Amino acid sequence: MRVLGRIHPWSFVRHVLLLAGALVMLTPFIWMLSTASKPQTEIFSSDLHLIPYHFALWDNLKIAFAKADLWRYLLNGLIVTISIFALQVLVALPAAYAFAKLRFLGRDVLFALVVFCILIPPQATAIPVFLLLHKLGVLDSYIALVLPFTISVFGIFLMRQFFKTVPDDLIDAARMDGISEFGIVWRVMLPTAIPAVTAFGIFSVVAHWNDYFWPLIVLNSEHLQTPPLAVAHFRNNEAGTNYGPLMAAAMVIIAPLVIAFLFAQRRFIEGITLTGIK
Amino acid sequence: MAEIGIRALHKAFDGADVLKGVDLTIENGEFISLVGPSGCGKSTLLRIIAGLEPQSSGEIWIDGANADGVRPSARNLAMVFQSYALYPHLSVFDNIAVPLRMKRLSVLERMPLIGRLMPSLRRAERTIREDVERVAGQLEISSLLKRKPGQLSGGQRQRVAVGRAIVRQPRAFLFDEPLSNLDAKLRVHMRAEIAQLHRQLKTTFIYVTHDQAEAMTMSGRIAVMIGGELIQVGAPAAIYDDPSDIRVAEFIGTPKVNAFPARVRSDGRLEALGHVLHATTPSPAGECRVCVRPERIELGASGLLSGTVVHLENLGSEAFVHIGSAGMNAPVVARVNDPSQLPAIGAATSYGFAPEAIRAFDAGGKRIATSVPSRIERPREMAIV
Repeated sequence: MRVLGRIHPWSFVRHVLLLAGALVMLTPFIWMLSTASKPQTEIFSSDLHLIPYHFALWDNLKIAFAKADLWRYLLNGLIVTISIFALQVLVALPAAYAFAKLRFLGRDVLFALVVFCILIPPQATAIPVFLLLHKLGVLDSYIALVLPFTISVFGIFLMRQFFKTVPDDLIDAARMDGISEFGIVWRVMLPTAIPAVTAFGIFSVVAHWNDYFWPLIVLNSEHLQTPPLAVAHFRNNEAGTNYGPLMAAAMVIIAPLVIAFLFAQRRFIEGITLTGIK
Repeated sequence: MAEIGIRALHKAFDGADVLKGVDLTIENGEFISLVGPSGCGKSTLLRIIAGLEPQSSGEIWIDGANADGVRPSARNLAMVFQSYALYPHLSVFDNIAVPLRMKRLSVLERMPLIGRLMPSLRRAERTIREDVERVAGQLEISSLLKRKPGQLSGGQRQRVAVGRAIVRQPRAFLFDEPLSNLDAKLRVHMRAEIAQLHRQLKTTFIYVTHDQAEAMTMSGRIAVMIGGELIQVGAPAAIYDDPSDIRVAEFIGTPKVNAFPARVRSDGRLEALGHVLHATTPSPAGECRVCVRPERIELGASGLLSGTVVHLENLGSEAFVHIGSAGMNAPVVARVNDPSQLPAIGAATSYGFAPEAIRAFDAGGKRIATSVPSRIERPREMAIV
C-alpha cells in the first residue's frame, strides 16, 4: 500500500499534465466540430457555448456538398497522395537499400548530400520547380501535383536507417538463392520493412493531403483541386465567410486521415519506435 | 558434387590483408572444416568461394571451371548462415521453396498477379511442393511447414535453413558457423545430425567454425587458418597429434596444450625449465618451446618437475589439475582420469611426461623434429636428471 501511495501523486500529476496537453491539441478540433454543428445565427452570437442550441450539422453538410464538389476534391486528394506515396516508395526503397547495404565509391558523400537536402525548405525550391514544370508544360495537372514530391529525402533517410538493421546474412542468403538486387529490395527488404513503410506512409499522406501551398500555386482548374483548396472555396470576402458549411467541409476533409490513423495506429507507433530506437 | 580449388587467393579490406595467399584443394564429397580464431579470415574465404565477396587476386575453381565473376546463384552452391537468415515474412514452406522458385519459374511466373494466369505455373508449383515436402520429411520438419520463422526454436530454424540449402541439390554446401547460436546441448546433437547428413548426401561440405570441437568431431579434414594463412591441413587426428606450428597446437585441443619454455643445448638435447629432457633434436642450439598435451602429463612423485596445485576442475568423468610452476607464465594443466584421486588445492606436487609426448617448436613457432635416444643410454640420462 505504501508503494501505491508513493506512486499515486506523481501519476496523478503526470495525467493532469498529459490531459492539459491533449486539451490544447484537441481544442481546435472540438471547436471545428462545434461550429460545424451550429446554424449561422449561433456562430455569431456573443455568448460562448460548445453545444449548439439547434443542431445544424446536417444542414451545414448539405450546404457544403451543394456549394462545392467535395467528392471530387476528396478523389483528387486520394489520387495525388497515393500516387505520391507509391512513387516515393518506388524511388526511396532502392536508394535506401543501396545506401544501407551496397558498397560503392562515394556512398558516404552521396548519403551526406541526401541528408543535407532535408535542411532545404520546400519553399526555397518552389520557384525553380514551378519554372521547370512550366517548361515541361505540365502545370495545372496531376503531374504538377505529384512530380515534385516523388523523391522524398526523408523517406530515403528513414528507410536507410531501417535497412541498416536488417542482417547482411539475409541479403547474402537471397543472393545465394538467386534473387536479383532489385528482387532483394522488393521481395526481401520491403516485407521486413513494412512497419517503417507504414510510418513513412502516414507522414507522407498526411503532409500531402494537407498541403495547401503547392496545389495553390500550380493549379488553375477547379476539377483538379485538392481538399485544402476546397475549404478555401467557402471563404468569401464580399458576402462574409460562411463558417458553418466551411467547418463541415473541413470535417469531411480530415475524416479520411483520422479514420486511417485509427486503423493504422498500432502499426504507426510500431514503425516510429522501430525506426527510432534501432 | 564438386571439387573446389582455391589458388593463391588474396583478399585485402581497406589495405588490411585478410587472406594472404591461400591454396587449397577440396576433394569431391569431402567434409572439410575451416577452423581458426575469430578474425582469421575463414568466413571471408567462405564468402569468396560462395561468390558473395570478390577476391583481390587468385582464383576459385569449381569442378574444373573458373568461377571468378560467376554470380553466387549460378555457382550452384548452398550456404547455411550463422543467423539462419530465413525470410521472416515467409512461411517455412515458402522459405524452402524460394531457391526452387527462383530456379524453375520464369520472371513472368514469379509476378504477384500476372503469374497466376500462367498455365505452366501450376505444374511447376506441384513439383516444387513435392520437393519441399520430401526435404521437410527428411529433416523431420513436415509439421512446421505453415509456420513463420519467428514461431520456431533455434534448432528448428537451423533445420529449415539446412532444408533451404539441400532442396536445390547444390554441388557443395557451405556452412558459416551454423551452430554457434544454439545452446551447448543442442549443438552436440546438431553436430551428429550434420555429420549424418553428409554421409547421406555424399556432397562436398565446407564447414567454417571457430569451435575446434566441431571441426574435430565432424570433418574428414581440418584446415587450420590463423592470421589469413592456412597453417596446416590434415585429418583431425594428425592435426591434434602432429601439429606443424605452435599456433595449431595451442588452438586445437581443450584445455590448451602446455607450452614449456625450453632450449636446445649444443649437444642436441632439449632442456625445459632447467631440466634436461630425454629427447634430442637435430635442430641448432637456441630458444625453443616444448609442448605437452594435458592428458600426457603424469602426476606423481616420479615426475621431474614440481609445482603447487592452484585450481581443480572436476568434470565428473575426468578432472583437470592446474599446477603453478616456477618459470611458467600459465599454470600447467594435467588431466586426471580418476577424479577421486585429486590432490588438494595448495598441495605441492611433482609431475612429468614421457619423452614421446613432447612436441617441440623453434623460436619462430615451427615444429622441430625430436627423437628419443635408444634405451642403452637411458640409465645414464636418468642419473643426470
